[in-house]
Amino acid sequence: MRGFIKLLSLGYALAIYGFIFLPVVVLVVFSLQSTAFPIPPFTGPSFRWYEAVLNDPRLTSALINSLAVAGISSAIAAALGFLSAWGFARFVLPGSAVMRGLITLPLTVSYLIIGMGLLVIFNAAGLPKSLLTAGIGHVVINLPLCFAIIYSQMGDHQINIERAARDLGATEWRVLLLITLPIMWPAIFASLFLSMTFSWDEFVISFLLTRFDTTLPVEIWNLLRSGLNPKTNAVGSLVFAVSVVLAIILELILLRRRPA
Amino acid sequence: MNKPSKTDRALPWVLVTPALLWTLLFFVAPFVAMALLSLNYQAPDGLTISNYTQFFTNPSYYRAMTNSLEVTGLVTVISVLLAYPFAWILAEQVPPRLQRLALLLAILPFWTSYVVRSYSWLLVLAQNGVVNEALMRTGLFTEPLQLANTRTATVIGFVHFFVMLLTLTIFASLKQLNPSYRKAAADLGAGPVRTFIHIILPLTIPGVMVGAFLTFVLAIGDYITPQILGGNNELLMPQLIMLQIGRRGDFPLASALALILMAVVTIAYIACARWLKIERT
Repeated sequence: MRGFIKLLSLGYALAIYGFIFLPVVVLVVFSLQSTAFPIPPFTGPSFRWYEAVLNDPRLTSALINSLAVAGISSAIAAALGFLSAWGFARFVLPGSAVMRGLITLPLTVSYLIIGMGLLVIFNAAGLPKSLLTAGIGHVVINLPLCFAIIYSQMGDHQINIERAARDLGATEWRVLLLITLPIMWPAIFASLFLSMTFSWDEFVISFLLTRFDTTLPVEIWNLLRSGLNPKTNAVGSLVFAVSVVLAIILELILLRRRPA
Repeated sequence: MNKPSKTDRALPWVLVTPALLWTLLFFVAPFVAMALLSLNYQAPDGLTISNYTQFFTNPSYYRAMTNSLEVTGLVTVISVLLAYPFAWILAEQVPPRLQRLALLLAILPFWTSYVVRSYSWLLVLAQNGVVNEALMRTGLFTEPLQLANTRTATVIGFVHFFVMLLTLTIFASLKQLNPSYRKAAADLGAGPVRTFIHIILPLTIPGVMVGAFLTFVLAIGDYITPQILGGNNELLMPQLIMLQIGRRGDFPLASALALILMAVVTIAYIACARWLKIERT
């Protein structure tokens, strides 16, 4: 009986792993195709489609745009998230619960609707679509996340350390720089990297809010119009690689925090 | 203790204002603008609810909503049914020191971007893609199946993503169970099957519900998966909304449709929250 359950479990787990990895494996394998269609039979390996991606100025500039938008928007989201989390965790403010609810509210709304709302007000304000407007949208979706992560990590023992520093004569700003920031860095980095992966992958807000200069997911979307193409496989595999690196960094940060 | 100075009293507000201002300016204000727009506030004959009545009277509009609800419901149920046993195996059958690695592997493709993930499924399900190739080789099928650009493809693409998400949430709730429950059940003579049905399953249902709710919310608002995998044969709500913005430039109608979609999500949220509250008492 027990052996049977073990065997059944193994079979089921392998089937689910197979299902989960099937599209990724197909994507990566056929990015190495040497002929023009990413369908069986496999004709590679060849790196010609990776070369084609790196020689495509539209894709490389979209890649740089994506990195810039992800870096800057997540830095702003993490900074605003940290400052507000600190304010709400340390000080008693009137209407605190309502204001905290307001900051986390965007988490419950789909990206499509957030992007559309921004498009409406930017149109009304006469602000042209650009990477800036898309970046503003990315801060909107990531700020609640950063706030929630950092706020949840602000515990009592940290308050005591800060209190000790204050009793020893440190001003609020010195407490912030010398005590709070160093204690909170795992949560801050976790929220920063999580925001970066979300911004890096985000499509619909960038699609609605950019025009000529755009981000990589939107440029990949444009590539899709040409149907199945190994070049799309190659750029998709590169995007996947970057996301996995960000995810591993995130995992390492979370792991390192464990023993402390 | 020192008396708080003026700067000390201002400090908390200095800290929280930027985040609040950002949220008001770029989240709340757009909502108000969309709500006003959906009521045609710019039209000469004043506010009307014509965009909302259009939704209920035009079959192709509410058909998009029923399509969305059907697809999302199906995706949620299939994903839970596939993910629960998988999460259980990871939590109970895999040796503890390998669990973290097993879980990490199980959610690795989670990190591929939406667009790339959907495109990858298109490759897999294409007319002469890997799945059809394999099916033909078995000799059971003589003609390739039409998989791409169907509802089936949309459901497969969604299920792929949400199996990973639900595995994560269900694994977490299985791990949070106090092991003494299981020991107590065993001491009282329950076998593994009875322990599972009477102890483990009921205690993890709230976690499953939260994951299912998350699945519902994320799936019903997603544009990419149905657009890339399902094509334009049948429209889901996000596709209909994008169509109004893109091709027709009809922002008032798009705003009304977006608010209707949000209302449905809110109703689902209230139902889920109420159910969880009842379950807890």
